[in-house]
Amino acid sequence: MIEIRDLTKVYHVGEVDVHALRGVDLSVTRGEFVAVIGPSGSGKSTLFHILGGLTPPTSGTIHIDGRDLLKMTDRERTELRKTAVGFVFQKYNLLPTLTAADNIAIARDIAGRNVESDPQFDEILNLLGIRTRLHHKPRALSGGEQQRVAIARAIVNHPAILLADEPTGNLDTENSNAVLRLLRDLNDRLGQTILMITHNPEAASYGHRIVKMRDGRIVE
Amino acid sequence: MVYRLVLENLKHRPVRTLLSALAIGVQVTMILTLVGVSQGMLHDVAMRSRGTGADILVRPPGSSILGFSGNMPEKIVSVVRAAPHVALATGTLVQPIGELDSITGIHLDEFNAMSGGFHYLEGGPFTGPNDLIVDEVYARSKNIHSGQSINIGLAWRVAGVVEQGKLSRMFAEIESLQDKYSAKDKISVIYVKADAPANIPEVLGELKQKLLDYKIYTVEEFVSLISVDNIPILQRFIGVVIGLAVVVGFLVVFLSMYTAVLERTREIGILKALGASPGYILGILLRETTLLAVAGTIAGICMTYGTRSLMGAFVPTMTTEIVYGWWPWAGVIALVGSLIGALYPGFKAARQDPIEALAYD
Repeated sequence: MIEIRDLTKVYHVGEVDVHALRGVDLSVTRGEFVAVIGPSGSGKSTLFHILGGLTPPTSGTIHIDGRDLLKMTDRERTELRKTAVGFVFQKYNLLPTLTAADNIAIARDIAGRNVESDPQFDEILNLLGIRTRLHHKPRALSGGEQQRVAIARAIVNHPAILLADEPTGNLDTENSNAVLRLLRDLNDRLGQTILMITHNPEAASYGHRIVKMRDGRIVE
Repeated sequence: MVYRLVLENLKHRPVRTLLSALAIGVQVTMILTLVGVSQGMLHDVAMRSRGTGADILVRPPGSSILGFSGNMPEKIVSVVRAAPHVALATGTLVQPIGELDSITGIHLDEFNAMSGGFHYLEGGPFTGPNDLIVDEVYARSKNIHSGQSINIGLAWRVAGVVEQGKLSRMFAEIESLQDKYSAKDKISVIYVKADAPANIPEVLGELKQKLLDYKIYTVEEFVSLISVDNIPILQRFIGVVIGLAVVVGFLVVFLSMYTAVLERTREIGILKALGASPGYILGILLRETTLLAVAGTIAGICMTYGTRSLMGAFVPTMTTEIVYGWWPWAGVIALVGSLIGALYPGFKAARQDPIEALAYD
């Protein structure tokens, strides 16, 4: 599913080169739920940004479903985000002017998937428990509800992988547990491949496997 | 779906949206009012020319279409009268008195014979050398009535107020006007009536032969020449106003969209993370701009009715028309100015780095 070998990423900040990734090796199989933990600056977010096609790697190899991200153009990375990757962010990142339903619909629109009915997604909405909240704008939703809408938006196009960056970072314990259970359910019931960044070891324990990062490398 | 996002974005900042649309509306109103005043005044001149009842008019050599004040010797009228099939010919003197106003000197009896006579709303014909006849529009604009004295460079007494539509807005006896403005035996235009409509071409040909270099037109020919296309200075003026309108539209939309893009940096990052292409992002902003331009055009058209009413109330001598044919053009000009204004903010948004945009607070 995901094959990463000797991946590096160097950011040029002014005249200084910042080595965010220093040779990452990682394999993730289809249907796996992997938690990535590590301190700030360890390279977790950079790894996610590269996996999500938001930024190109500097060197190494990285394949998602056989697609080589190193050789991708900006246009191809945009296509990857549209079809193969779903993001869930710590700050939910819903569009504030749209209702929950429209936030989900716009992801479909961007992907060009204006389908009339999607039974699998209907099941997901039931699973997320947000069906009655779909016509509210984000400001009328609790943090937990907003994050569940964000999860629905991330998987509406049935991406190959779901990348969750600190999905419980802004939630209280009760909502955090609910969101983590949902991610686990999505993984169990639908076989959704999930990579989740977290600082929280308890949250990480929801994954099948925990990967630890430090100083731009995977250490465990 | 994109249109819902566009509409919600516009609704999200109602004051900015309203002000942007109004500013675009002002540029549309500027264009439509200028065109309306130009065409209104030209049509007014054409209508009043027809109101003389003349078939042909003769003007001095080298005179321009709207320049009625050029002079020629009054004795030319005799030459005109001597032409075959000329039933009536009367000379008039146009004396500008500042701004757009002028007094037309006429031989009242001859003018009445040709035009069918004035319809007096107040007072009556001239009784002395200082008498003036004004039309109802001028009387209303200056709030004057018959019997009143007015000073418009020289002192005059208003002898009568007449219905509008015949030649001019202010009339004096021609000899009196010639004396007062040192234009003895000078006239500006000769109005000619043929003895039968069928003879108009013959009279025209004869006069052109006799009066070489003079500007001689049938009234219908003259009326057809009274258009913006035949008045280069007016064309240039309209061009300048349109240019200014495009710049105003450009600046308004540029600022509006630039602030919108800055404000929506994070949202743009979200859309990019969802896989939106630069074209998709640019399309959202251009659609927003198009809606603003359409709303602005509608507002501008509505405001044009307002400016026409204001002009009618405060400057009734400047006839303003609603020129429907220019509505689409004004809309296109507003749209072009607005889209040009949206391009830079649009490209800025489309090129935004999604990681930086998502980190924006």
